[in-house]
Amino acid sequence: MKLELRGITKRFGSLVANDHIDLVVQPGEIRALLGENGAGKTTLMNVLYGLVQPDAGEILLDDEPVTIHSPRDAIRAKVGMVHQHFMLVPVFTVAENVTLGTEPVHRLATPAMKVGGLRIPPLGLPSVGLLDRRKARREVLALSERFGLRVDPDALVEDLPVGVQQRVEIIKALLRDARVLVLDEPTAVLTPGETEDLFRIMRELREGGRSIIFISHKLKEVQAIADNITIIRRGKVVGERPPSTSSVELASLMVGRSVQLRVSKEPARPGDVVLDITDVGVHGERGEQSVREVSFQVRAGEILGVAGVQGNGQTELCEALMGLRPSTGSVRLNGADLSHASTRDRLRAGIGYVPEDRSEDGLVGDFSVADNLILDVYDEPPYASGLALNLDAIRDSAVRRVEEYDVRTTSVETQAGTLSGGNQQKVVVAREMSRDVKLLLASQPTRGLDVGSIEFVHKRLVAQRDAGAAVLIVSSELDEIYALADRIAVMYEGRIVAFCPPTIPEEELGLLMAGGGTGSAAPEPGGEPETPVPAEEPSHD
Amino acid sequence: MTDRNEAEPSAEPYVATTTQDTGTPTPDQPDGRRPLTGNMIIQAVTEGHSVVITILAVFVALVIGAVLIVASDPAVLRAWDSFGYAPGTALSATWNSVAAAYSALFEGAIFAPGTISAAFHGGSIAAIFYPLSLTAFEATPLILTGLSVALAFRAGMFNIGAAGQWIGGALVATWLGYAVNLPIVLHAVVCIIGAFIGGAVIGWIVGEIKARTGAHEVILTIMMNYVMYNFLSFLVTSQKLMQAPGQTNAVAPNINSNAFLPHVGGPPPQVGVGFLIALAAAAATAWLLSRSTLGFQFRAVGASPSAARSAGISVERVWVLAFLIAGGLAGLSASTIVQGQTSPLTTTSYGTYGFDGITVALLGRARPLGVVLAGLLFGALNAGGTVMEAATGVPSDVTNVIEALIVLFVAAPPLIRMLFRLRRGGGAGPQAVASKGWSG
Amino acid sequence: MTTLASPVRAPVTISRRYLAAGTFIMLGLIDIFVFGFLAHSGDARFALSLPGASPHLPTIHVPGALTAYVLGAISIGVGILRAVVDLPRWGKRLSIAAVLLCFLLSLLAWADAGNSVGPLQVVDLLQGTLTASIPLVLGALAGLLGERSGVINIAIEGQLLTGAFVAAAVASVTGGVWLGLIGGSLAGGLVGALLAIFAIMFLVDQIIVGVVLNVIALGLTNYLYQRVMSPYAATFNAGNTFSTLKIPVLGNIPIIGPVFFDANIFLYITYALILVIQIALFRTRWGLRVRAVGEHPVAADTVGIRVRWTRYRNVILGGLVAGIGGAYLTVGSVGFFTSDISSGFGYIALAAMIFGRWTPLGSVAAALLFGFSFQLQTELSILRVPVSSFILLMAPYVATIIAVAGLVGRVRPPAADGQPYVKA
Repeated sequence: MKLELRGITKRFGSLVANDHIDLVVQPGEIRALLGENGAGKTTLMNVLYGLVQPDAGEILLDDEPVTIHSPRDAIRAKVGMVHQHFMLVPVFTVAENVTLGTEPVHRLATPAMKVGGLRIPPLGLPSVGLLDRRKARREVLALSERFGLRVDPDALVEDLPVGVQQRVEIIKALLRDARVLVLDEPTAVLTPGETEDLFRIMRELREGGRSIIFISHKLKEVQAIADNITIIRRGKVVGERPPSTSSVELASLMVGRSVQLRVSKEPARPGDVVLDITDVGVHGERGEQSVREVSFQVRAGEILGVAGVQGNGQTELCEALMGLRPSTGSVRLNGADLSHASTRDRLRAGIGYVPEDRSEDGLVGDFSVADNLILDVYDEPPYASGLALNLDAIRDSAVRRVEEYDVRTTSVETQAGTLSGGNQQKVVVAREMSRDVKLLLASQPTRGLDVGSIEFVHKRLVAQRDAGAAVLIVSSELDEIYALADRIAVMYEGRIVAFCPPTIPEEELGLLMAGGGTGSAAPEPGGEPETPVPAEEPSHD
Repeated sequence: MTDRNEAEPSAEPYVATTTQDTGTPTPDQPDGRRPLTGNMIIQAVTEGHSVVITILAVFVALVIGAVLIVASDPAVLRAWDSFGYAPGTALSATWNSVAAAYSALFEGAIFAPGTISAAFHGGSIAAIFYPLSLTAFEATPLILTGLSVALAFRAGMFNIGAAGQWIGGALVATWLGYAVNLPIVLHAVVCIIGAFIGGAVIGWIVGEIKARTGAHEVILTIMMNYVMYNFLSFLVTSQKLMQAPGQTNAVAPNINSNAFLPHVGGPPPQVGVGFLIALAAAAATAWLLSRSTLGFQFRAVGASPSAARSAGISVERVWVLAFLIAGGLAGLSASTIVQGQTSPLTTTSYGTYGFDGITVALLGRARPLGVVLAGLLFGALNAGGTVMEAATGVPSDVTNVIEALIVLFVAAPPLIRMLFRLRRGGGAGPQAVASKGWSG
Repeated sequence: MTTLASPVRAPVTISRRYLAAGTFIMLGLIDIFVFGFLAHSGDARFALSLPGASPHLPTIHVPGALTAYVLGAISIGVGILRAVVDLPRWGKRLSIAAVLLCFLLSLLAWADAGNSVGPLQVVDLLQGTLTASIPLVLGALAGLLGERSGVINIAIEGQLLTGAFVAAAVASVTGGVWLGLIGGSLAGGLVGALLAIFAIMFLVDQIIVGVVLNVIALGLTNYLYQRVMSPYAATFNAGNTFSTLKIPVLGNIPIIGPVFFDANIFLYITYALILVIQIALFRTRWGLRVRAVGEHPVAADTVGIRVRWTRYRNVILGGLVAGIGGAYLTVGSVGFFTSDISSGFGYIALAAMIFGRWTPLGSVAAALLFGFSFQLQTELSILRVPVSSFILLMAPYVATIIAVAGLVGRVRPPAADGQPYVKA
């Protein structure tokens, strides 16, 4: 089905999210929408799907204008969408989720009867709505077979791995005969192997004349799968390019200026071992083991990057290291045993923590910037004397730090929750780095940030390393790992499956992250410093 | 070296990309605000309405109250029966009914003009201030239970159990009142402290259970209330325990007069020491919340338990302490009644103080000053209500309805705005963002 | 966002398995050392038929103390089993039921051992349990309907109260008890509508709305009772009630008959509602959509389910059901309305719903437990058992606290419970 968006404009207050966007997608085409976070890609697709009403513009399907006021209309118009955050009810089965809204029900009817001499055929009774589970199961399996999307109709969605959940979302769209399928950042949660699988499915779907819109900010994927790439920046279409276009050109279209893809840093000069963890294990919420016998060391003056696709235990590992989750094994900081210490004690012992989810765990949104800056030291001098807070000292120190870390805010009394993502992260970073930390633990430190903020955070992390701290970074962004890490540890299914130098080729790293292994997957021997790594990595295209 | 992104405006759109499935489609560019995180109770309770809304809410509630009064007044109903040929009578009957009721209300709570002229003619000056002192008297327990609920709100919890904590304090204060003998001021002080401890223990139990098991305090406190109601009845109906010797009624012994809370402040105006205790407690609570390290922890846990936890604050410890102090405040409320020279403890002494504390806290936006003002307002309504009932026969329950309506309207600013076609001003808080959603 | 179960991942410091096992063992010890040791010597007698019923079953005699010892030992055994073996879910539930049964039987054995007043009237006890549970079950079902769609209903108490008031008044004025029933139901529905409007349209916090509505209901009914109903009691509070209706055949079965099939229409309505709601919620399209709205409203929205309409509808339906429960309190039992006649049943219904894990059948079990304890208190005072009735009345509340804290395991409400739905 041919899709055309004409002049779509959408404002949120004073912010123009979509600015007269024109887009034409032919049947059987895979179109990539490329842009940074915040560029307007998802808003545009939300307009298409009826979740958001545009201020101007129209939508045409097969050259016919359509009005889409709600997802119902979009579904009826045969537009399907797989959202970034799945629209699946965790406690329902796959079949229930797929058929929600179009559930097959038992048709009740009177039996065929003979009265007098008359033959009365079965009369349909109003359906009382009893679910026909068997039919639902059959429908799901039929689609599953046809497109090679393996799912178990009776499994509970909450028990399924993310890659399978995504397949359920796709089947959901296909059940409603979607002819235009929108995939919003589908590979964010997939391993490289699962991504390949997804691409295969996309090509399969394309064969049937469906148009596919693939939203991403990942250059390489877009180049691999798209027939055509539309680049969006700050609400406007800034270009359309074939996939053969160079990464540099695509990146600069995305960002609007020429971007250096790497932060330059000095070689690492690792010193003594600061963090030494042995056999750390964590039981997840439902009893499964999310972290198994993880051991490694981080030295002063080096950055260890833990690479891995989300969901392989990294979150649990970080929480365990911070005492936010019970764990087995030993955790030692500069020789002191923190294995059973409370979060508070670990923070005071010199660990800085930049949590994965800054809005939930990193900041108290309702608190002022100043209060957030002392969130973990509020009861220490000079911020408090005894039971009483020293409001002046808090404020003065906040003013200094906001200046030093370039936090864009009108005042230190502004609520932290109203700041942009980048500035929020700067507050967290300012807080953790202003203390005397021996180990800095940063989990997904630049998730959701714009390029400028990413640069800022990366620079600060490197500076911390150069000042002699041990830095432990956990990230699922390979670019970040390559940019920052002096050594890489790969985490898969709760274990560290390999230690590698940052010179490792990306395909090999991707393979390790997916659970495949090569000979270099050996556990780290104790204590020997690595050879220094070169400052400029060869490009990885 | 790369150049920095110079033109970054401070209201740059924030994109939430959290690991867990938040379940909401996050548009790239909401209107410059973050998605709602943190504890919505706090936002709902402490923000989102201005003085204007409050005044209008009071007005609408009074109007509805007036409707209730006239609609159940037989005289007015009869007058309206003959509306056809004597409309004037109907309207004047309506007006008289409302006016009589509300003026009695006012006179009972604030002041009665009659007393002023009487004073000029040699009547007592004290009588002028009597309604106000009655208001203060009625407000006292409400302020304290209001503080109890408000403190818990700020720490992110619903304290529906102020009644049970009240009983805990009352039991200890009463027992200390009659079972020991101490000199005059000391006895009162000991009883006050005992009341605080009694209430604190009941609060502590709930906090401890919540901390250890994660159970929700709404159910815990409601159940605890019923346990305490029955416990009180149990104690006060048993001669071996707390029933007054020789009594067949369910009353506790009278407490020693040394334990009474006196009135202070020369010839008029006179104010009960209980009222002063309430004010002092409000001041202490205000200091605790905004200027102490403990209050910092309470507010952090109330606004975002996960962020507090990640920053090393012990969320469980905060829950326990907050409930402990909240319980103590409710216990103080009991102390002002038990030691307030009124009747001895019975199976129903707890009245509605516990639930009224909730409405007072809600109206006062969970801030100590607000609680004091709300407590005074409700105290005025209660004081006036008794006089109104005596003077015009309108049951004082109508003041309860009015109070609850005020709270309902204040908690629903969009409704008031709709009624009065107000535009949303700058004082709107996250509540307004919630109603608006992300679409323009 | 307020929900009625733990809002934050509180680290569980006490393992539930050991908590359960410990509780079982403790109950067993109470059976032995309190009900066993302290029993009067002699037999406990259980009368299985009402006096004058036919056929008349014999009264069972058991040695009081010995029974308690045996039952206590069984409880301890079950407790040890629970601690040592990882039972399947049905096994865990069975163990709870077994220990509870042992406890109750020991209690009854102790109460009647050597009692001079007479045997324990089992039928009376069971019959009373059932009728006492009616408002609780209906209240729990009402709460359920709302919460499954994501709206917390604390105002069940207010709905019961207004339902009782209107039912009594309407029945009195019109002389028709059926009209009273309908009137009460509609009154409950009205309160439900208010809850829905304030919570869904005006986005007021749902617990706050519920609490305030309860206060309004109490104030309003008291006001009208004093101002209008009492002075004109003959017109407005005549005290009409439904008569009982015995189901032929089924009503004659020994024990079961008088308990389950010989009561007034409210019990039968309750049966019907339990069945209908259970099937509707879990086996029909309607129920699937309701639950989707309660678990993941955004997902439901994207497949075209109307979230807000579903919530409005369910909350009002819940109000109608609670209104029937309220009507029971007047036209279904004593007839006259008195101040605060609902006396907290609404809150107990809420506890029953949580106890019962937001399912109709579970809520019924919990409500029966509460009803049983109320009825037991009456029975024991008839037998002049020297235990303060207040201690007995406290028991179900303490039990709920224990249950919510530990035994029942982490309760999981519908995921979006209490969260207002904001359309993007």
